[in-house]
Amino acid sequence: MARITLKGLKKSYGNAHVIKGVDIDIEDGEFCVFVGPSGCGKSTLLRMIAGLEDISGGDLNIGDLRVNDLPPKDRGVAMVFQSYAIFPHMTVRENVAFGLTVSGASKQEKEAKVAEAARILQMEHLLDRRPSQLSGGQRQRVAIGRAIVRKPRVFLFDEPLSNLDAALRMDMRMEIGKLHQQLGATMIYVTHDQVEAMTLADKIVVLKDGLVQQIGAPMDLYHNPSNLFVAGFLGAPSMNFITVQVTAIDGDKVLVSGPGLNDVAVSGKRGPFTVGQTAILGLRPQYLGVNDDTGLGKLHGKVALSERLGAETVIEVTQASGLPVIATLSRDVVFDVGSDVNLSFDPDHAHLFQPDESFTKNAH
Amino acid sequence: MTTNDNHGLRLIVRYLVLILIALMFCFPLVFMIISSFKPDQQLLLDSGNIRAFLPVGDLSFDNYSEAFARAPIALFIFNSVFVTAITVTLSLLLCSTAGFAFTFMEWRGRKLALSIILATLIVPFQAIAIPLLLLASKLPWIGMDGLTWGWLNSYHVQIIPFIADGLTIYLFAQYFKDLPGELIEAARVEGASWWQIYRKVVMPLSGPVLATAAILKFLAMYNQYLWPLMVVQEEGYRPVMVGLQYFFQLNIAWGEVMAYLSLITVPVLAFYLYLQKAFIASIASTGVKG
Ligand SMILES: Nc1ncnc2c1ncn2[C@@H]1O[C@H](COP(=O)(O)OP(=O)(O)OP(=O)(O)O)[C@@H](O)[C@H]1O
Ligand SMILES: [Mg+2]
Repeated sequence: MARITLKGLKKSYGNAHVIKGVDIDIEDGEFCVFVGPSGCGKSTLLRMIAGLEDISGGDLNIGDLRVNDLPPKDRGVAMVFQSYAIFPHMTVRENVAFGLTVSGASKQEKEAKVAEAARILQMEHLLDRRPSQLSGGQRQRVAIGRAIVRKPRVFLFDEPLSNLDAALRMDMRMEIGKLHQQLGATMIYVTHDQVEAMTLADKIVVLKDGLVQQIGAPMDLYHNPSNLFVAGFLGAPSMNFITVQVTAIDGDKVLVSGPGLNDVAVSGKRGPFTVGQTAILGLRPQYLGVNDDTGLGKLHGKVALSERLGAETVIEVTQASGLPVIATLSRDVVFDVGSDVNLSFDPDHAHLFQPDESFTKNAH
Repeated sequence: MTTNDNHGLRLIVRYLVLILIALMFCFPLVFMIISSFKPDQQLLLDSGNIRAFLPVGDLSFDNYSEAFARAPIALFIFNSVFVTAITVTLSLLLCSTAGFAFTFMEWRGRKLALSIILATLIVPFQAIAIPLLLLASKLPWIGMDGLTWGWLNSYHVQIIPFIADGLTIYLFAQYFKDLPGELIEAARVEGASWWQIYRKVVMPLSGPVLATAAILKFLAMYNQYLWPLMVVQEEGYRPVMVGLQYFFQLNIAWGEVMAYLSLITVPVLAFYLYLQKAFIASIASTGVKG
């Protein structure tokens, strides 16, 4: 009922092209997350969907309707803002009921719906307070309450948790996840926190400079990033990139070598690669073994830094080339700084990228 | 000396200065009120020394009874309060909606229209008084007597030209620009119409600017002199400032002047006190400061 499709969507401010032709399909009931670095156009895209920004080009459909020219109130969307945007002169009850009030709902209807929203968000005890008497997390609840009370088809969230402290952010993140399951509505969520993106999303859209880099399920993007940008953006610590030379090509396998790295054959699906060219080998820190010789790929270097976090140990290894590589071990190990280590990896978990590749659109 | 003492001393000095300034502003008012109870001769004698501010000597209400005998003071005060109250109310309504449209709504020619309105700020009223008079003397009006031509000698000729003014529109537009834009966007997404946003979101948060605009408009209207002098010849529509003429005849009766001035100051003080209360209440309930 509330499938959202963006087709060739564009937005310019005068000569500044902020959104440069974006195609996204969001299924009914899906939780879709827009991620990307600051200034890439996430908020702009969300506000275009909400109807708060004019659309310069392309089509926006919500349900079966082209809504490009509809005002926000006729799009059936609710939005939660980063600043919460709750009305300071109204009580929590009046804030939550605002959408119902302006649409002329009866008193009983308002009472019942506000009570239900308050129950879902566990804020019955706050209803008679004013926003100035609430904590940040409570204000966020009010903003969400105001959004859910009208039962909209689509929820839009613009970095709703970025003003909260870390612990509260985790709580609220889980609550938003639960809320999505409870309500079954379509949700679009903007964040630049990749943990929020990975945990909440059915579908992640990675944006950069107003263009889609890749769209897919979180694990899809994590294991199969379509370009260097997506590979480097998702995952913490982020993927290691090692400059290598292509020495031979055998079917869809590419043989590469580099300083401190033995010759290893990796998948060349992001090709075409040619013999003799420079390429970028991407290795996730989690898939690097240390001194255990399990994988076929091997790297050598010296430990420059070791961080013991209890459950895992993160080491920074300086390669022969002088560049650092990060490895994460899921156990507590002691390393002496300056000692030699051998890192190994399974070539199936290595990614080969074109250097400075122009960004391919939509892997799917 | 500790920093704490220092702080205390500075506070004392600050209060002394503030009290001094407050007194300076009070002196003319005190002089006016005290003098209104003194006979002319004593008033003039006292005016050279400190006794001017002290309720001493031969005090009576004589000046008041004579002032009431000389001019229809109640009528003048009523006229001024009536004209001022209606103008302030309509002006706040009209100028705030205009400021709202300039700030929040997108429409063709908005920037140009705002520049023109701002440009009117530099045109002094004296410059347009004569053309305005000619215009007002010819405009049609539908009132109790049906259709009539010319607005002279009426209340509406004192009200209508002053409802819309550039300064008030600018005050509102400027204040609205500083309101958090996401509040208005949130209201739009929630389905509120522009009118509902104005009524339920923007106006309740506009206490400070409403008070400011109201005070400025009130003073400007209550002090109207030139315009009513030009357009009102009948006593029945005459406002307080024009009424002052009654007391500047051949022999100026200073005591009566003071009595008259004291009387016409009462509505101003009442308005200030009312507004101060409303102003503080609006800040307390919204947490939005001007
Ligand atoms: N009114 C405007 N006029 C001109 N450029 C604008 C305007 N609004 C936004 N932009 C530009 O559009 C780009 C995208 O902005 P947007 O707010 O969508 O970024 P974002 O991805 O939400 O970033 P963040 O993570 O920092 O919130 C930015 O480069 C910004 O400078
Ligand atoms: Mg943003």
